[in-house]
Formats: sequence, C-alpha cells, structure tokens
Amino acid sequence: MTTKKMAIIATKGTLDMAYPPFILASTAAALGYDVQIFFTFYGLQLLRKDLSDVKISPLANPAMPMPVPMPVMVQMLPGMESMATMMMKQKLKKHGVAPLEELRDLCLEADVKFIACQMTVDLFEFDKSEFIDQVEYGGASMFFGFAGETDICLFV
Amino acid sequence: MNFDKEFDASGMSCPLPIVKTKKALTDMESGQVLKVTATDCGAVKDMQAFADQTGNTLLSSTEEGGKYIFFMKKK
Repeated sequence: MTTKKMAIIATKGTLDMAYPPFILASTAAALGYDVQIFFTFYGLQLLRKDLSDVKISPLANPAMPMPVPMPVMVQMLPGMESMATMMMKQKLKKHGVAPLEELRDLCLEADVKFIACQMTVDLFEFDKSEFIDQVEYGGASMFFGFAGETDICLFV
Repeated sequence: MNFDKEFDASGMSCPLPIVKTKKALTDMESGQVLKVTATDCGAVKDMQAFADQTGNTLLSSTEEGGKYIFFMKKK
C-alpha cells in the first residue's frame, strides 16, 4: 500500500483559524499520511517560537458565538481583542482542546513538514530567527512538487 | 480483557485521543493490546475510523459511566 499524502495551505494567523491546519495535519499523520503544510501570508504567524500573540477578535467575525450580544461599536474598543482571546483560551482549555503549541509539537513529532513561503517572509520582513527551527523555506513550485502528488489538498 | 499498555485520554478533545493513541502504539509490538479510556464522545467513531485506516484492530468499544473504553490490537 502506498503512503497517502495530504497538503494544507495555511493562510490565516488568528487563534480560531490556527486550529484547523494543526488538527488535520496531526490527525492525518496519526493515520499514516505523509503531510506537508505550506504557511503563507498571515499563516506564517503560526510558525513563531512564541505563539502568545496569536489572537482572536469578535470584530468582523459575526459568526463567533458570544456569551452576550455585543455591538460592533463595543467590539472595537481597546482591550476587546485581548479579552476575547483570553475567553477563547479558557474555553479551549475547559473543553480539553490542546493549546496550539502542543498541537504544533505533535505535528512535528509525527514528521509533518512545515514550509514557509519565502516570498511572504520577505514581503513582511519577518525575522527568520523568530520562527521555529523545523521550517523549510520555499516557493509555490516547491509546494506543488508535493501537492501535485497528494490525495488531499486543503486551503485554510 | 487483557492488555499490555494503558492510556488515559479522559478530558482530552479531538484530535488528542487519536493522535496520542497512535503515539502510544508506536513503541508496542505487533499483536499487543492497548487500552484507551476517553471522555470525548467523538472518540467512538474516530477510534473505529482510526482502526479501519491504519490496519490496527479495535477489539472492543464500550461505554461505562460516561467513559468510553477501547481495546486496540496493534497491527
């Protein structure tokens, strides 16, 4: 039986959208898939050694369930983003959902390959020393070298 | 049922029960049995799907007082 393959393109850097790539990648790896994640644009934030700046905002996110209805004028007040992030992290913890760092480590342990988009790194002038060491840098054609052979390819 | 190793996934949510089951199986030998306890009801279908896709055998899947107990035989 040939090994199945999955590729994910991770383009978002918010706390909510950080979960799907890491959850799917760690699960696929557990099922025996060979997995690569291509991090581009805001997804690059998920490669930082320190993930504490990964946040969630109710602003422009009308589908986010809130404990009390909150008008947009209130959502934009200073401190609301930090508060929403704190509440979301508490909720994740209460429900036994792993912190992002743990899921990312589980991916790495399971040999999920992380590729950072070199163009976006240059565009946003990211400092590579702020990223974890297990990252390879490459471009779209490098990604297609793997993605073209996959059974599943997702854009998150 | 006899088992060779035990792993408690109580309180853990998707995908941890599966990912850590896979991890627990890694250093076991073929034919050995792993007992997994979980509280995530999603694990019931996930464990079966894990077994189906990886070739390990889910010997039993039961519920006891809000806990889900699985016995997985390594391929």
